[in-house]
Order: sequence, then structure tokens, then C-alpha cells
Amino acid sequence: MSTEPHYTLYHPRWYRRRVSVWWWLQNRSYTAFVLRELTSVFVAFFAVVYLWQLRALAQGPEAYAQFLARLKTPRLLALDTVAFLFVLFHAITWFNLTPKAMVVRLRGKRVPDWAIVGLNYAAWFVLSGVVAFILLRGR
Amino acid sequence: MMRRITPLLWLLFSAGGTVAALLFPVHLFLTGLAFPIGWLDAPSYESLHRLLAHPVIRLYLFVLISLPLFHWAHRFRYTLYDGLQLKHLTELIAVLCYGAALLGTAMTAYLLWTIP
Amino acid sequence: MPSTVALAVTRYRPEEESEPTFQTYEVPFRKDWVILDALNHVKDNLDGSLSFRWSCRMGVCGSCGMKVNGTPKLTCATFLSDYLPGPIRVEPLDHFPVVRDLVVDLTDFMRKLKQVKPWIIRNEEKPLSEGEYLQTPDQVDMYKQFSMCINCMLCYSACPIYGLEPSFIGPAAIALAQRYNMDSRDQGAAERLKILSEHDGIWQCTFVGECTKVCPKHVDPAGAIQQYKLTAATHWVKALLLPGGTR
Repeated sequence: MSTEPHYTLYHPRWYRRRVSVWWWLQNRSYTAFVLRELTSVFVAFFAVVYLWQLRALAQGPEAYAQFLARLKTPRLLALDTVAFLFVLFHAITWFNLTPKAMVVRLRGKRVPDWAIVGLNYAAWFVLSGVVAFILLRGR
Repeated sequence: MMRRITPLLWLLFSAGGTVAALLFPVHLFLTGLAFPIGWLDAPSYESLHRLLAHPVIRLYLFVLISLPLFHWAHRFRYTLYDGLQLKHLTELIAVLCYGAALLGTAMTAYLLWTIP
Repeated sequence: MPSTVALAVTRYRPEEESEPTFQTYEVPFRKDWVILDALNHVKDNLDGSLSFRWSCRMGVCGSCGMKVNGTPKLTCATFLSDYLPGPIRVEPLDHFPVVRDLVVDLTDFMRKLKQVKPWIIRNEEKPLSEGEYLQTPDQVDMYKQFSMCINCMLCYSACPIYGLEPSFIGPAAIALAQRYNMDSRDQGAAERLKILSEHDGIWQCTFVGECTKVCPKHVDPAGAIQQYKLTAATHWVKALLLPGGTR
């Protein structure tokens, strides 16, 4: 492609713009979107931590004790704090977007968005309570 | 091949995202923060093994770990593709992401099957 | 209230330059003026060579879409007073080739729109003697929102995926496909599924949601796309479990 503008009467040279690799910094929505997508990294991180815990449980009480001790180190505590914040961000954005992706119709009328979001948060609350109860009960 | 199973990958992404959204906050809070900091006592080795005696718990743990891994694989693949514009590596990225998720799933299944 | 406001407008004259530049015009500030009024003032009084599209000036034709301070907007519905003290940047819509000044080429969208077959598809037409197709208000409600699209292309300008992947079919095309899929008179869902479930169809979308934010008619294309992903995925599962049994 030459840099000389080429103009013909019936087809002028169109200007095609390239998307910069920093496109996601251009406005707040795009940046929030990329942060939302990056929450998946911390989701994977925690899945791996749980897998690690399973492995420690398979290997015996010393391995499990070592796992617990490792989690107390400042580096992992810091990482877990950041991961927790990102996982929260994932949960909140996920619940808020659910009514867009899943339209529920009762007797012909669309269930309002706030009801779907509310149901999600309610389920979150209940399930968290159940998990906490099961994990803390038999200690 | 990837194109024909795209709907399946999206379903796994959605299921994994729902599991992660509903269950990860409480698990992360307890295991990652409350237990290590000392706000609550961590469950003992014996109590966790008592829980693992129930097949339902093992199934729960399988879902808890494997689905979010697929959620990550799908989302991260598109983040690399769009965010970093790594279009020429699209096949490699897909294989690495879904491959890692499959590996994690296999390891989880193996552990849950073999823990006494 | 100031008496004038500055408009920094993209100029691109292919016969003179190889890249766009900005040209600033001082236009009178009126409380009730929109960007389109300011552009027309420029063209009528200051610089007749400025090129831009517009038509109805009331937000129903979809011609006057441009970027105002970086956000895609209908210039006939965007007030100067919201952008004081200025200068106000007016640029052509993103992700389309610029033909001249603020005019972009929309051929790509037109082609994609045709691909999704945005018309009622029937296996058999009802004969005229049987009368019209009847719909209850609830049936209209299923697709009404998606029918409000005026093809203004603000969503394509806002969608980063369309910018990064020009083969992506795009928000408006999918929303319009859904408008017909959800119409009780239509029987063409299977035909459209073939186009939309290709890789450059719905699966490219990562639910950024910017398309819905900029849509001036509240069509919610992002919602349409996510709903269709679920439909397509359900269809895929059914086809897998009941080979030959699905329509």
C-alpha cells in the first residue's frame, strides 16, 4: 500500500483505522470488562488451591498440616485477598448479567430483571450458609 | 473440531461461571482467609476425611474444581485472543487452555476416586 | 452561557491527504441545538466542503451516527449544552472505513444483515382468503424490543470485538435475527441458526455489553446475543442426544 493518496472519481481511497492493542484503556466500560474477564485467572487460581488441598488430604496428615501452614504465609495471604476480591467481582457481575442472558417468562410475561438478580443473590446467600455450616460443623 | 464443539465449551463456561459465582466466595473466604488468619479454626484432617466418606461430597468437590477450570479456559482464551490480539496463535492458545482444564479435571477425578 | 462553542471535526479528503486531520470550527451556542445543527451551520455558513450523513433529524432513520467526544451517538439527539465548555470532538464511527470526513462505508453491515435473512420465513404462505396472521400482545412482546433497531451502527462502533475481528457478524445483525426468530409468524429459526452458529456468528461475542449501552433505541443487542447463545447451545445438545429427532 503506497502512502500517496489515491483518488478516483468513483472510488476514493477509504481510510481504514487499526484497533490499538490498548483499546481497553480507552474508556471505563472497556477497562471494567477486561478486569471482569481477568477474574477468571483468580477463579482458576483458587480451583488449583482446592486441588492442592485434595492432594494434601490424599497424602496424609503431615501433608495437610503443611498445606495449612503454607496458606498462612504472607505471600499466599496477600494473593488470597486479591483473589477473593476478584472472585467477588466475578460473582457480582455474573449475577447482575444473568437476567440478560436468561429470560424467564411466567404466563407470557417476562419476569423482571430485579427478580432474577434477587433470586441469584438469595441462592448465593443460602448456599454459602450451607457450605459454611458443613465445613465448620464437624471440626 | 473446535468450531463444532463451541456450544459445549460455552455451556461449560456458563456452568463453571455459575459454580464459581455461587460457591467460590464462601470457600475462598474460609480456606484462604478465615482459617489461615485464625478468625475460625481450620477443619482437622480427620473431620475432612469424615466428609470425604460421602460420595455426594466427592461429587460436589469434582464439580467445584473442574467446572470453574473450564470457565477459566474459555474466558482466558478469548481474553488473550481479543485483549492481546494474539490471533496467529489461536489454535495453540485454545489447546493450552482447554488442555490445562482437562488436566486439572483428570487430576481431580483421580484424587477423588483414590482417596481412602 | 457562552455565545459560541468549538467543534473539532475529523476531516479526511482522500484527494488531498492520506490520513485524517482535525479542523476546528467556532459555532454559535444555542441551548436547543444538537450536534447536527452545529454541523449544518458549519456546512451552510463556514465550510461547505464538510461531508456527513443525516436525514430525519429526529432519531428514527439511523443516518447521523458519529462519535461525539469518543462515544458513538446520534448527532440529532445529542445536545451541545451537555458538552460545555467544549471543544467538542466529532469523529466518524469506529470500525468502518472512512470514505470522506465523517462519512463511513457500511457495506459490511449490509452484507451481514442480508445473511441473517431479516424477513418472515414461512414453510407455506397462508392464502389471502384465510386472512392475516394474528398475534396476541404477549406474542408481540417477545420480539418487540428487537424490532426497534434503526440500523444506526452505533453498536458496531462500540463493539471492540467487531473492531478486532471484522468478520464478526455483529450486534445489530444478531438482534435483528432474533427479532424474526422470536416472531410467532416466522418459521425460519433453523435457517438462521446455520448462519449464526458459525464461528463468526454469536460465538465471537464475549458480552462486553457496550452495544447495549450506546443503543439509542434500547434494543439491547447484548441481551439478544446471550439469549441466542443459550438457544443455540440447547439446540446443539438436543441434536447430540436425539440425532435425526430435532427439526
